[in-house]
Amino acid sequence: MAKDNQVLEEITSKEYEHGWTVNLEADEAPKGLNEDIVRFISAKKNEPEWLLEWRLKAFRHWQKMEEPKWPNVHYPAINYQDIIYYSAPKKKKELTDLNEVDPELIKTFEKLGISLTEQKRLTGVAVDAVIDSVSVATTFKDKLAELGIVFCSFSEAVKEHPELIKKYLGSVVPMNDNYFAALNSAVFSDGSFCYIPKGVRCPMELSTYFRINAANTGQFERTLIVADEGSYVSYLEGCTAPMRDENQLHAAVVELYAMKDAEIKYSTVQNWYPGDKEGKGGIYNFVTKRGLCFGDHSKISWTQVETGSAITWKYPSCVLKGDYSMGEFYSVAVTNNYQQADTGTKMIHIGKNTKSRIVSKGISAGKSQNSYRGQVHVMKRATNARNFSQCDSLLMGDQCGAHTFPYIDVENQTARIEHEATTSKIGEDQIFYCLQRGIDEEAAVALIVNGYAKEVLNQLPMEFAVEAQKLLALTLEGSVG
Amino acid sequence: MGNTAVDIDLNKEIVSSFSGQDFSGAIDSRELALMHFQKLGLPTNKSEEYRFTPIGKNLSKNFTWKTVSTESTIGSIEPFLMEGVEASVVVLVNGIYSSKLSHIKHDKNEITVMSLTDAFKTHEAIVAQYFGKNLPTESDSFVAMNSAFWQSGVFIHVKENTNVEKPVLILHVNDAQNAQVNSQTRLLAIVEKNSSLSVIEKFESVGDNYVFHNFCEEIAVKENARLEYCKVQNDAGKSIQVANTVIHQSATSKVDTFTLTLDGEMVRNNLTIVIDGENCESHFHGLYLLKGNTLADNHTVVDHKKPNSFSNELYKGIMDGNAKGVFNGKIFVRPHAQKTNAFQSNRNILLSDSATVNTKPQLEIWADDVKCSHGCTSGQLDEEALFYLRSRGIPADTAKAMLLYAFALDVLAPVKNESLKTYLDKLISDRLHKNF
Amino acid sequence: MLQIKNLQASIEGKQILNGIDLQVNAGEVHAIMGPNGSGKSTLASVLAGREEYEVTGGEVEFLGKNLLELEPDQRAGEGIFLAFQYPVEIPGVSTVNFMKTAVNKIRAYRGQNALDAVAFLQLMKEKMKLVEIDQALLSRSLNEGFSGGEKKRNEIFQMAMLEPTLSILDETDSGLDIDALRIVANGVNKLRNKNNATIVVTHYQRLLDYIVPDFVHVLYKGRIVKSGGKELAKELEAKGYDWIKSQLADSVIS
Repeated sequence: MAKDNQVLEEITSKEYEHGWTVNLEADEAPKGLNEDIVRFISAKKNEPEWLLEWRLKAFRHWQKMEEPKWPNVHYPAINYQDIIYYSAPKKKKELTDLNEVDPELIKTFEKLGISLTEQKRLTGVAVDAVIDSVSVATTFKDKLAELGIVFCSFSEAVKEHPELIKKYLGSVVPMNDNYFAALNSAVFSDGSFCYIPKGVRCPMELSTYFRINAANTGQFERTLIVADEGSYVSYLEGCTAPMRDENQLHAAVVELYAMKDAEIKYSTVQNWYPGDKEGKGGIYNFVTKRGLCFGDHSKISWTQVETGSAITWKYPSCVLKGDYSMGEFYSVAVTNNYQQADTGTKMIHIGKNTKSRIVSKGISAGKSQNSYRGQVHVMKRATNARNFSQCDSLLMGDQCGAHTFPYIDVENQTARIEHEATTSKIGEDQIFYCLQRGIDEEAAVALIVNGYAKEVLNQLPMEFAVEAQKLLALTLEGSVG
Repeated sequence: MGNTAVDIDLNKEIVSSFSGQDFSGAIDSRELALMHFQKLGLPTNKSEEYRFTPIGKNLSKNFTWKTVSTESTIGSIEPFLMEGVEASVVVLVNGIYSSKLSHIKHDKNEITVMSLTDAFKTHEAIVAQYFGKNLPTESDSFVAMNSAFWQSGVFIHVKENTNVEKPVLILHVNDAQNAQVNSQTRLLAIVEKNSSLSVIEKFESVGDNYVFHNFCEEIAVKENARLEYCKVQNDAGKSIQVANTVIHQSATSKVDTFTLTLDGEMVRNNLTIVIDGENCESHFHGLYLLKGNTLADNHTVVDHKKPNSFSNELYKGIMDGNAKGVFNGKIFVRPHAQKTNAFQSNRNILLSDSATVNTKPQLEIWADDVKCSHGCTSGQLDEEALFYLRSRGIPADTAKAMLLYAFALDVLAPVKNESLKTYLDKLISDRLHKNF
Repeated sequence: MLQIKNLQASIEGKQILNGIDLQVNAGEVHAIMGPNGSGKSTLASVLAGREEYEVTGGEVEFLGKNLLELEPDQRAGEGIFLAFQYPVEIPGVSTVNFMKTAVNKIRAYRGQNALDAVAFLQLMKEKMKLVEIDQALLSRSLNEGFSGGEKKRNEIFQMAMLEPTLSILDETDSGLDIDALRIVANGVNKLRNKNNATIVVTHYQRLLDYIVPDFVHVLYKGRIVKSGGKELAKELEAKGYDWIKSQLADSVIS
């Protein structure tokens, strides 16, 4: 209740809130991509030989691959040689203490609403902040360390826990999985790593905040979360980028690995810069996210609120290998102006008695195109697999489009699969009812849209839910009436 | 994997067989279509629209391309008729219109039913107006192939303000007793304003050799006209069938279709309904009851181009043995096609460990004031219901058959002709009792 | 409080109101009666500002302001409340959340501070008691899956929460059984005071047994053709609307 009200009060600022650049002296690679750049990135990060080899192998695969053409999105060809593949905020020395972090950087985070300071501790969020692909500092490390939880930047993990990285890197998303995953594998600059030991229930929400800052930089971060037997973790990811006229590329990879009885909950609020009203600028968000329910009774749950990016290409998926494992996907994708989103999930049922649930709520406004693309695949030995999918689309205005592409492939007779989809609009009678009660049109739309998306928003941790609601309202501003 | 060498060989063989043939009529459109085919080639496993249905591969493996029709010894069509259904019968044997076996009962003043090649001469204007206008010749390999190679076909024209009560039964008979058969046939039907027509199609083959039947149909349903269309695919031979059907609806017209697929080695139906006028209504239903190694693939499109229309699609399937059911349903609601109501449902039951189903219900909406929904399910029979029946003393087999029959039956709703309905009901119940 | 002069309105080109004159003062209850299609609900909708209706002539003044110039939410802010004949369902939005938004939007319109969560809950509890509505109902999605009676009770609850100056009850009795009718009417009566006014739009007299009007107006073919005290409602009930029709016919002849 309280959060709803807050949302409504704060729908006042009109432009993209997070659109400012901070002057941080960047440590950049020259434009373009070749083996030398890959070596440069690896050297910058003092990586071991095996990781460099892994990157080079990915790069060679990538060179032979073709950019996928099947998504229902349209954009001018990307010149991969015109992108800066590495940009790190310059650091004067090793950071061991929050107080040593560049104050300007701290200011950046404060503007974003993530403070690395004590007040955040009260809310129980541990943050690993990634700015232009380099993890800056991680809070709560000590507290987590007591429980044996590893939560650090990817580069740090490479140094401190090479055995874990070596074992799990690319185990869920192989380096040659797809064009963008291969690109990421070759040039990823940093990201987050998290390991939850056996039987440990992570006592706080772990959080990463991504932000693309420098012009012409692509962000290629990589997240790897490993939940050992019987453990639990809830992970939050937030994304913003400053306003720029040109398009910026973001190709991240997220791998989740859940062992027996483990549970991983991964929530994203994606608010990359979507471009302006004429469709100029904005982030190309081509992300590969996949979770492997490796052990029996494991569970992976994806929740995403996608409001940003000029183009979104993203299918957080679950491979249900363990018997009785469970996958969930809850998504709200909002597009306005000239945004294009092609997003959904894959649920691959391999183990027996596996279950999956898909709830997707698309909202299109302006001249945007919003597509749900999902696959439910029940393999031959997946006896008693269950899936329920609900994909709803809401259209606002007659110049946008909503598209649904569900693939249902069943190879086992005991499977029970249900898919439902509807398309609707906000009823004029609903708006009038709100107006009559004194609620203005903008607030009425926010209220109705939040109601429509509630099933998904309910999945988010409290702090994120508030932000997500605000974003929905902001994204749809001016789209009605 | 792209084209295999064999595919490429077959593509070449097909293209080179074009010259030197004596085609009657439409030679310009044939050459253009051949060009499209040359560009498209046969679909491979990379073609999204034919992902689960490797017709090209099957043809390459089992079929030698010949367009010259083989002789047939079939003298009577009696065994292929539908018991109890009174209709004019048009017969095509090995892809060629047979005046000898056809039997038109209708009044010539109301409706014209004749060979399409003849209609090219006698009804030149109207054929020119409608022939080849709505088929996806540029994008579908089989339409391109058919448009280049069609041998013969049927022409139907219903005059304005005419209610044609008795159905026209189009019987495709392929005689593969002595050799493979390659049938490339067409239908062009026009139902003029305020008129009605009922068309039934049936496919039969005899003999053990492969039959490839590629069929293209164009049906125009003009203002305030009605069409009932029923297709029965119950051909137990080694048949590979591809049908491309486009029904074009003008304002306030009504269309009911029913497609029943029971047999065939590989069956692909592309059914497209274009709603190009306001206040139209279309119901298109389908039922596929598959066993053995049959693969049946129904691709349907309903394209709402104008506002205020209603479409309702229901396809159901039961797969046993190694059978594969494929369904793809697209609903398009074009910009400004406001107040469209479009519903789609696809329900499947798998009865064996090696049966599969691949379904993709697809919505593409560009208008906001619409009501659209789709749903699809895949499952087994309801254990609870089965138990309930058994607890009342019904043996398991019978109980199962009863439930399957109940599952299948509501799909018959668009069939209005009582004798046809009785015939279809019998086909369905026979199949479900005998085999399950 | 409310001054309607020669109000004319149409929908989709069809003229419904043909010149309505009505004056409502603070503390009064007016009943608008009339056969189906006489324009009763149109009048209610026009006063609330429903966009489908086009005002083709006349004036409406509410507390000194030209009501017809205001947006629907501004009218609500001014103190007009319409209890809908068919309350709208909004999935996923609870009544509580909805009301909190409405109360604070209207407070903002009036230049008052927003209520905090505690104050709001207190207000809600008090009003719930008044209209005998259950907390569980208010936590559910707005009107979704509510019975006819629950929807109407929810309308009266909202009326209690927003404390309007002028309430317009559009066929609030339709679809209600006698118990629900009594509860709804009780709620309305408790909310009556010398500073507010109520317009009850109804087809039947039975609601007026519970909400006793000061004035009764009969609407026919978009005009008020007869006005009187509460006894007029009884007379109508006894003689039926045909009585009005024949009277009118007579007056045309003579």
